[in-house]
Amino acid sequence: MRHIISLLMENEAGALSRVAGLFSARGYNIESLTVAPTEDPTMSRMTIVTSGSDEVIEQINKQLNKLVDVVTVMDLTDGDHIERELMLVKVLAQGDAREELKRIADIFRGRIIDVSDKTYTIELTGAGSKLDSFLQAIDRGLILETVRTGASGIGRGDRILKL
Amino acid sequence: MELTGAEITIRCLQEEGVEYIFGYPGGAVLFIYDELFKQDKVKHVLVRHEQAAVHAADGYARSTDKVGVALVTSGPGVTNAVTGIATAYLDSIPLVVISGQVPTSFIGEDAFQEVDAVGITRPCVKHNFLVKDAKDIASTLKKAFYLAKSGRPGPVLVDIPKDVSNQKTEFSYPETVHIRSYNPQVQGDIGQIKRAAQMLLEAKRPMVYAGGGVVLSDASKQLTELVRLLGSPCTNTLMGLGGYPASDKQFVGMLGMHGTYEANMGMQNCDVLLAVGARFDDRVIGNVAHFNSVPRKIIHIDIDPASISKRVKVDVSIVGDVANVLTDLLAVLNSSKQKPDAAALKNWWKQIDEWRGSNSLSYKNSSELIKPQYVIETLHKITQGDAYVVSDVGQHQMWAAQYYKFDQPRRWINSGGLGTMGFGLPAAMGVQLAHPGATVACVTGEGSIQMNIQELSTCKQYNVPIKIIALNNRYLGMVRQWQEFFHGNRYSHSYMDALPDFVKLAEAYGHVGILVEKPSDVEGALKEAFARKDELVFLDFRTDSTENVYPMVPGGKGLSEVILAEDL
Repeated sequence: MRHIISLLMENEAGALSRVAGLFSARGYNIESLTVAPTEDPTMSRMTIVTSGSDEVIEQINKQLNKLVDVVTVMDLTDGDHIERELMLVKVLAQGDAREELKRIADIFRGRIIDVSDKTYTIELTGAGSKLDSFLQAIDRGLILETVRTGASGIGRGDRILKL
Repeated sequence: MELTGAEITIRCLQEEGVEYIFGYPGGAVLFIYDELFKQDKVKHVLVRHEQAAVHAADGYARSTDKVGVALVTSGPGVTNAVTGIATAYLDSIPLVVISGQVPTSFIGEDAFQEVDAVGITRPCVKHNFLVKDAKDIASTLKKAFYLAKSGRPGPVLVDIPKDVSNQKTEFSYPETVHIRSYNPQVQGDIGQIKRAAQMLLEAKRPMVYAGGGVVLSDASKQLTELVRLLGSPCTNTLMGLGGYPASDKQFVGMLGMHGTYEANMGMQNCDVLLAVGARFDDRVIGNVAHFNSVPRKIIHIDIDPASISKRVKVDVSIVGDVANVLTDLLAVLNSSKQKPDAAALKNWWKQIDEWRGSNSLSYKNSSELIKPQYVIETLHKITQGDAYVVSDVGQHQMWAAQYYKFDQPRRWINSGGLGTMGFGLPAAMGVQLAHPGATVACVTGEGSIQMNIQELSTCKQYNVPIKIIALNNRYLGMVRQWQEFFHGNRYSHSYMDALPDFVKLAEAYGHVGILVEKPSDVEGALKEAFARKDELVFLDFRTDSTENVYPMVPGGKGLSEVILAEDL
């Protein structure tokens, strides 16, 4: 099953490689991994999307907790949560397609953030499945480039991950 | 007053009460060696290879309850140390390894003797640090010692660039240490402990399975008291030997791949299993599906939450330091009105004694060929069971584990998890330095001993009078055994041709060598060796080259699917 795990860790050189190394050394899957400092510059927040059996997920959580640089771990999948991902798509926008692409971007609440006479660059935010749907909705031949950040997640309401 | 990073490093070691540091100098650690030279509180032992430095520190740590310390230079110094670090990591041994690094301005430039020490050791340390400023050395070393020893112990590497060791700064050693992201749980949950107590009291066929955690936590006393109170059988893992006295009648021997029949059958047929500081390793429980195929309740006590339900699902988990948890468990049991079910225990012991009757460790002695089991039994007799026995890896290790009956913890020193050949001699050196007057035997084979034989030189320099018991069967015996059982007797590269004359070799290093070729000479040779209290004696026992280790649970098989000597 797919799990989205959030963690706070020391914002120190090498901390990221400890997490990445753990996943490769123990043969766990990483679908995506995002990390950036928090409002407290000594700490980074990481979101990992992974998959595995319940036993594997339990081990992943425990092994992450065991890393000395990891302050706290929360499996967001255990409760209500929100996840968002940002995607930038550069598409060939010429002739009839130019208008059509603008319309599809609007339907998906995307924004065109760069325009040239041949291309649009569209910014889209949402759950991963929404970004997938957008890519399916447009003609694949028009896609020049896509870049996705991977999911960031946060618990709903009172579910707070803090030191 | 301002001190250099190197001075601070040594001052920190002094503050930590470090008695011995095992090391090998080189360019990147010259400033640190210079400071070592100027003091005499911390004694340095110059090994002949960095791997041996780490094993020696490891042996020192295992036989005491202190942190072992090693010092190596950058590049090849660190890479040579990696096997030693991984060995300590797999067995949760507290070490601090200090490595030199190229100057900070050279890092990343593929400088002379540069490797990414932190990167290379990351998967086999509990934690590691690169110190980029001399002002961080004291706090980092404080953390390193704390991390190494607390929680589930393990090796910690501190990498110090050469310029940092020469940089001046104010020194004050921190009195306390706090790492906000690291708070090992040492006290067990009392609710879980009560559940465990109830389960144990209701057991009809209880079994206690105790591992290295008991030794590391110095919890032998509590374990022994608990087992006696429960009236249950107790088995030890390879790492746990000595954690429960082997001569006690409730001890059923070591379990696992080469465990006794009664220990393995007890594991498979009990109704409540109490696992204490053990991790259900593949060499211990064999095939997981087979292990899980019988209904039994499992209680697991371990300091590391990640060890719980990793390979085997458990019913009651108690995270905490083994000594603390056992103390609390004993208190709960002692205050309970309920007592263990005597009638059920009587039946259970009847069954266990039946298994015991198979005498799975019996072997046929010979008047022609020296049987390795006989050497170990005689070693036990001559040393009155009171030696520190340090082993290498292979058949001799299993025979030592099976036939030397350990009644005390920290007397059996071996590389259990990583299975590092070459561990024995340097580790024995560390053990002997930690216990100067004690009897230390290094049980090894002609394969393992050659992996760190150069340390005979170190032993000479520091007058380390260990006794080397080489069970020389001219084969990489454990490999040969597997080839005999599972590879159609095709002994692919397991025969050691062109062995050195170990007697002459020992003499070349300035020690005493004794060749033993006849069973009737075994006892006399051992007596002579141990009578030479101040000398290192290398005993070259030419043993039966076809002898196998029994019982054996083949890899991938279940604990009751055992090969006994009599089956063949």
